[in-house]
Amino acid sequence: MIRLENISWRAGAFDMRGICLEVPSRGYGVLMGRTGCGKTTLLEILCGLRPPLEGRVWVDGVDVSDLPPRQRGIGYLPQDIALFPTLSVRRQISFALDIRRRPEKEIRERVGQLADELGITHLLDRQPDRLSGGEKQRVALGRALAAEPKVLLLDEPLSALDEDVRGDMTSLLKRVQKDHAITVLHVTHSKAEALALADVILRLQPGGIEIEKTAA
Amino acid sequence: MTFLRHNLFWITLALICAGYLLFWALLIGATAGYSTPEHWMKALSAPAIRHAGWLSLATSTGAALLALAIALPIGYLLARKDFKGKALLDAALDIPIVLPPMVVGLCLLIFFQTTLGRVIEHGVEKGQLISVFGWFEFASPLKLPGFMVFTYTVAGVVLAQFTVAAAFAIRTMRGTFDHLPARPEDVALTLGCTPGQAFRRVALPAARRGMVAAFCISWARSLGEFGPILVFAGATRMRTEVLPTTVWLELSVGNLEAAVAVSLLMILIAVAVLVIVRITGERV
Repeated sequence: MIRLENISWRAGAFDMRGICLEVPSRGYGVLMGRTGCGKTTLLEILCGLRPPLEGRVWVDGVDVSDLPPRQRGIGYLPQDIALFPTLSVRRQISFALDIRRRPEKEIRERVGQLADELGITHLLDRQPDRLSGGEKQRVALGRALAAEPKVLLLDEPLSALDEDVRGDMTSLLKRVQKDHAITVLHVTHSKAEALALADVILRLQPGGIEIEKTAA
Repeated sequence: MTFLRHNLFWITLALICAGYLLFWALLIGATAGYSTPEHWMKALSAPAIRHAGWLSLATSTGAALLALAIALPIGYLLARKDFKGKALLDAALDIPIVLPPMVVGLCLLIFFQTTLGRVIEHGVEKGQLISVFGWFEFASPLKLPGFMVFTYTVAGVVLAQFTVAAAFAIRTMRGTFDHLPARPEDVALTLGCTPGQAFRRVALPAARRGMVAAFCISWARSLGEFGPILVFAGATRMRTEVLPTTVWLELSVGNLEAAVAVSLLMILIAVAVLVIVRITGERV
């Protein structure tokens, strides 16, 4: 479950006040809104990269507002994907496990399993600059899932992909969410994408969050 | 004719560039032509000059490593964090670049004549009065050994080189981190890294070209440093004499051939560094 309570944030002329948002446990939330309305900022506040002026952040019933990003159990895929430029695909996926000093055998198995699930086994020894847009998205997804997050935040993950790859990626995201039983908050401008994926559609407006669709 | 008319602007720029390169080629050519291979061999086989050469290489390497060690955290801080007084700090870090080199040497010399400087060099006895720049005085609560003697020593050569070279290394590393997106480091934080781990595991590997450049720039700057070394570490033969000091010493006794030979050696080293930077820059 993801819950934002009365989040406020300000930078220069940009002002966001009293934002409340909830995505149920293991649900797929899609956040929409016009460009520059603060969707990415909300994701960054959720994963702890920006401190809000006020308000609380809850993940799976725990108030994580005062926890650093590494302790929030949130996986984050930014819009620019942000793969680590010097690491091979294998090292990207094993990154979170290396940090946690997990045994070598476990890391090998987990990387193999995720690469298999995401269809990137043949890319494991490649560097990120030799990957296509769709391949980069899959690698970034594997990198986030390796840490076994409770929540996954996706910032316009399909916007830079070709039409045919976008369809595959949409199915993959839905499958991953079900298989890993995680709560997802996905930012997009595409209504079609939202309708294909969302259990709940949230629209960020100047006055707050408006709920457009909830799962039947 | 049409080609000339259409490309007049670019041809003018190319001619300015060629003229500048020719100017440098004439300078180096004239210096090289002044000396003969015999003078070269004679000068470079002199024990004092060989000692100065090795000392230059060693101290420049030490100073460049120290400069890089301090440039990495400062460059990263300036590139990634906004805080009050940042513009002031940014400007202050350029002071060694704009200060006359002799003044840097004088500042070092005077600092190590203060009580604090003497404590760093020679230590302090328990109960001995320590004056901090005359602002306030206190009795040392314990006996402390001296850290290292810098004035007129090889350590002083390294410190004098480091004091100026660090400013160049900081500029280079700040520019490097400014050009690297911070987003991968943000993602690393969500994956379990502390800010320090994100710096070490993500930012540093991505900044390796900038690190090579910062090291080489500070190394080259240290190799050519003269003023602060002369004032702070002296010009004692077989002790604190480095190559630029040799040029000055030989010139001051009228041995122009030896001064030219050493100058050419420094030009060769500088060219070698440039080539290494280019090759390494392509590979890392």
